[in-house]
Amino acid sequence: MNKENVVHEPLFHIVKANILPWWKKLLIYSISILIALTLTSIFCALSSDKGKSPFEMFGSMFIGIFGTEKKIWLFLRDTCLLLGVSLAIVPAFKMKFWNLGANGQILMGGLACYVCLMNFQSLPNIVLWLIMFVSSIVMAMVWAMIPAIFKAFFKTNESLFTLMMNYLAAGIVSVCITIWAPGGSGSLSPINKGVLPVIGKSYFYLLVIIVVAILTFIMYFYLKDSKHGYELAVVGESENTAKYIGVNVKKVVIRTLALSGAICGLIGLLLVGSINHTISTDTANNMGFTAIMTAWLAKFNPIIMIGSCALITFVSRGMGQVRQDFGFYNNALANIVLGIIYFFIIGCEFFISYKLVFTKKNNKGQKNKEEKI
Amino acid sequence: MAISIIVGSISLATVFLFGCVGEIITEKSGHLNLGIPGIMCSGTAGGCFGVATYMNTYNANPSWFVLVLFSVICSIVFAAIVGGIYAILTVSLRCNQNITGLAITTFGTGFTQFFIDNYVDKNYFDKASRLISQGISVSKLGWFGEIFLSYGILVYFAIALAVIVSIFLKKTRVGLHLRSIGENPATADAVGINVGLYKYVAILVGSGIAGLGGFFYIIDYIGGSWENASTIEALGWLSIALVIFTLWKPDLAILGSIIFACFYIIAFKITGVSFTVMAELKLLPYIVTIVVLILTSIFGGKSVQPPASLGLNYFREER
Repeated sequence: MNKENVVHEPLFHIVKANILPWWKKLLIYSISILIALTLTSIFCALSSDKGKSPFEMFGSMFIGIFGTEKKIWLFLRDTCLLLGVSLAIVPAFKMKFWNLGANGQILMGGLACYVCLMNFQSLPNIVLWLIMFVSSIVMAMVWAMIPAIFKAFFKTNESLFTLMMNYLAAGIVSVCITIWAPGGSGSLSPINKGVLPVIGKSYFYLLVIIVVAILTFIMYFYLKDSKHGYELAVVGESENTAKYIGVNVKKVVIRTLALSGAICGLIGLLLVGSINHTISTDTANNMGFTAIMTAWLAKFNPIIMIGSCALITFVSRGMGQVRQDFGFYNNALANIVLGIIYFFIIGCEFFISYKLVFTKKNNKGQKNKEEKI
Repeated sequence: MAISIIVGSISLATVFLFGCVGEIITEKSGHLNLGIPGIMCSGTAGGCFGVATYMNTYNANPSWFVLVLFSVICSIVFAAIVGGIYAILTVSLRCNQNITGLAITTFGTGFTQFFIDNYVDKNYFDKASRLISQGISVSKLGWFGEIFLSYGILVYFAIALAVIVSIFLKKTRVGLHLRSIGENPATADAVGINVGLYKYVAILVGSGIAGLGGFFYIIDYIGGSWENASTIEALGWLSIALVIFTLWKPDLAILGSIIFACFYIIAFKITGVSFTVMAELKLLPYIVTIVVLILTSIFGGKSVQPPASLGLNYFREER
């Protein structure tokens, strides 16, 4: 054969896949999570000097989550908090507004709550709670609306803007700490009078769970059935289409971020008013970033988000126990494990949206038909 | 005090400059890498690993040249490996860039914290730091020597790198190809440029350079004392913001990073003020970033816009 006529075809090429049935998607996700967990368990076993086997990691994780009644409640509480933040982020993300500032919005909501706790002790509890509720929500709402207004009118890059607002919020909290806790102790003492009511035993955190459960259903129907939900989805898909059908894009952007901020403020209120009774720069516990992942993993569906939040909380809380049992002396391991799980879940989307088509060896010099793999 | 602020700014600016130049190269290929904070962290892990390995073997009589070379290579390799994960996920598997970047940051900070706490021997860090950060003897030259000649080699390396990258992007054919991919990958593909290869190389090189920023911070700027990865993470986010601040121009980044660093360290250099004022001054770099973001978006013309296809993955068969 003449050498110049030989055409080198690539071994395979990539095409868009058809929409897979739900069980196939679930299978792909489950397999990838399983691979990720297996890899991390081997990693943990290798880096531990206590001679543990990889299987013991799963045992430790389960004990860390379900070991005692209190641990189960804490797991539920953390799942709900994360779910709450994810709910806050979802409407903005559906609109393709990258709100990376949930941490800051939570902090500002919490700060407003703490200020109320400090200053209005003399009021009756009901009035105080009402003031706390309103001020937390309004504060976080305003904090979230600042980048939204600039995005709407000047197309200012929102992801960096909201990110900087995080650091700004943390900075403001530390300024407040220096004012309220003079002497440089760097932490504020908890205020236990006038905090939100405890339902059941103190470690039940029923209030948090109830609030977030209600919020989940409201958000589900808000996104699915309301006019607002439809509008923000259209703005996310195509701004021009939105303009064409008469949606006021600027109004939708600002309104959606106000909602997003309000929910973050509510979480801030719960964190300060119901759980911690004090505030520090770490109060948000980086949930703003974690929630981005959980919202993304659930494809912005509030009901599926319950599952993704439970998974992430399971891993991050479970790793706390693993750390004890395996003798690691810092908590950074949880981030490594979460990172690896994220990589696998993000990566497996490729196998849902695309498929590889292998080029068959052809004898006639013709391209063969594409074949499913 | 003015001199001390200028010297401190130029030194800290190097951290931002490495991160910023790395991110600019990546963004020119159309990839918004929000994983830069994590990559800077892993560069730190690599560099510290290099320093520990070398110093433990040759602690009696370490050679300046070999130490710098070895640790810099380690730092670049570690950062590029983590950048490689980003590249595989976003270029080959076409995953969402923002999400992948955030995952990289989570992983990178966790990995670095874990790795340095558990596996890196920090005994000789201050000795290594003195060696790496030594400048030319400045006693005779007064303020001139202190401002221009008193830094470690990595500061000059960063500035040289920014100039080289700037020339590379503006004047060379390969640089033109890279920019065209960032603007319109389909056209670049049609011309016969290997889009995937360029993207991979840009992300790997960009990550390697950014990683040096974190390493420089630990070993030179704060003198070899390891605290935690979250400080470097914050610096990483600021580096990404600096890319917008400097309008995607590496040469402008030299000046931009010095101004930026000046805002950052002023809170640490001013003495005799209360804790509250100090905490307030620490807000400055973030406020300045926000103001610049707003100003460039309001007054920015066509020349200060990001690459047109930034953040979008390229799939050839998509119409």
